Amino acid sequence: MKRASFWPWLWLALGAAYFIIPLAATMQFSLQAKRGTLGFTAYANIFRDGNFFSSFAFSFQTAMATILISVLLIVPTAYWVQLRLPQARRLIELLTLLPFVVPAVVLVFSLARTYNGTPLTNSREGLRVLLTGAYVVLSFPYMYRSVDTGLRAINVRALTEAAQILGAGWPTILLRVILPNVLLSVLSGAFITFAIVMGEFTIASLLAQPAFGPYISLLSSSKVYEPSALAVVSFALTWASIGLIQFLSRGTPGQGQMAGPR
Amino acid sequence: MSFLEINGVRKTFGQSVAVEHFELRAERGEFVSFLGPSGCGKTTTLRMVAGFERPSAGHIRIDGVDMTDTPPNKRKIGMVFQSYALFPNMTVADNIGFGMRVAGRPRAEIRARVDEMLGLIHMPEFARRYPAQLSGGQQQRVALARALAAQPQLLLLDEPLSALDAKIRLSLRQEIRAIQRQLNITTIYVTHDQEEAMSLSDRIVVMNRGRIEQIGGPFEVYNFPQTGFVASFVGTLNVLPAEVVDAGAGRVRVDGQEIALGKPISGGAAGQRLSVAVRPEIISPNGAHGPQANQLRGSVEDVTFLGAIVRVRVRLGASAVHFDVFNNPHLAPPAHGDLVTLRFPAESCMVITEARNH
Repeated sequence: MKRASFWPWLWLALGAAYFIIPLAATMQFSLQAKRGTLGFTAYANIFRDGNFFSSFAFSFQTAMATILISVLLIVPTAYWVQLRLPQARRLIELLTLLPFVVPAVVLVFSLARTYNGTPLTNSREGLRVLLTGAYVVLSFPYMYRSVDTGLRAINVRALTEAAQILGAGWPTILLRVILPNVLLSVLSGAFITFAIVMGEFTIASLLAQPAFGPYISLLSSSKVYEPSALAVVSFALTWASIGLIQFLSRGTPGQGQMAGPR
Repeated sequence: MSFLEINGVRKTFGQSVAVEHFELRAERGEFVSFLGPSGCGKTTTLRMVAGFERPSAGHIRIDGVDMTDTPPNKRKIGMVFQSYALFPNMTVADNIGFGMRVAGRPRAEIRARVDEMLGLIHMPEFARRYPAQLSGGQQQRVALARALAAQPQLLLLDEPLSALDAKIRLSLRQEIRAIQRQLNITTIYVTHDQEEAMSLSDRIVVMNRGRIEQIGGPFEVYNFPQTGFVASFVGTLNVLPAEVVDAGAGRVRVDGQEIALGKPISGGAAGQRLSVAVRPEIISPNGAHGPQANQLRGSVEDVTFLGAIVRVRVRLGASAVHFDVFNNPHLAPPAHGDLVTLRFPAESCMVITEARNH
């Protein structure tokens, strides 16, 4: 028995070490801001910096706007493709690859050129809208694929028809029947979007936006211990997000269940 | 004017014709089944009644109102799907009350109606459960309650029992019929299971290749099939190739043995080939049916024990005939190679011609 359980544990330990050692080293380094002692000085410095909060808040708000637009755009699209346009699925899946193929630098310059001279590039607010638009494009593959997977796990056609025959119109069907049943998929797409927007550097920096990504970059080039502390903080935030998905998924008993016979 | 009128409905998908010249009138409270093999157009017709498909031609009227162009959510129809289609995110009570919530009925009324429906399907203690926590049979009962809760004018059931196991199917079948009678709701039931259609329906619409073959009560459809398709699809049937001996006297020859059909063969001539069909349960070996009955002699080729009945195949020459005898523990069934004389009344023979054109 002992022999049988040794190897799996070894591989697990090696795998865990691969991820944990660099993180632990970063954490240890971040605690050494004061020579000779371990302490939270670097963390205190970060939180004392007004730019940390302002850039964090900026990116957080942009992320929320990105998620909202993505959900409003992609859930009905994916639903309609599944229900009425299954032949368009291949085309959409091809489109989802575009953000991977087109580099962010090309995307941002194309956007800047295309909208040059319009209110989108002339004002601070306009640039922010442009940035949000670019982020919607970036998050499109993740959001679409995760929503599409969620929709495939439920019997979309039968649920739609059942709701229709009971008197429901399209808004009711989408909001009360379809969305709640793909909520977890939407959430996981939303968290990936959140992570992308919070860490994005190229577009935000080239559009000269006071976002969190450029702030981290600036910090890395000017400080020693603080960037490591910041890395630990972002890991904590990501983990908190994942934990939140797990927590929310416990509260939805019907989630992921097929609506049909099993 | 009938409660439900389907007039000259036709449905095409591109080049292929799914339903052709469908005519049906159903009265209030009537239970009508669409019976046929898969792809015969029965589900397409039901979906047109529901409003999920638009007829390419023809009209559908419910209670005198033309519904042909009315969207499904405005038709006041209840429907039960083969896949149950319960909303996984809602409890049983919320599923049942969904239609009334959408209609904006008062909360107290919804609660009372949901309780009433739960009582009707004998599941009052399941109100707070989610669909995933129910068995298939329970889910389908909830689906039935959900379809009935908003008091629809018409109930449609699309092969509701085909995903369930045999025992549940039987009990749920009886439950559906009892509830339908109790509420006196006009019902259309789609199935490919002839036993289901026979046991439930007031009338059966037998369909094949998008066309109606016959409309009639179960007794009529089973005993007096109007087309060869109905005769062979509903129940089991011995179909024997025969040759006309005397059309006026209604006598034909089957594998060298002459039998009577009990009526003249209209438009037949001596030597003409046709098919004669006899139900297995009509035929009895040796003796029964008296001396006037038709007789066919042959040897037992195969014996299948089915429990209550024993099915025997008798070789006549080129053709074979099945007949059924009731199982009797004190009487040995026929054995392979036994010579038997099969008897059946002349009037039980059906002459099968081509399918009728509508």
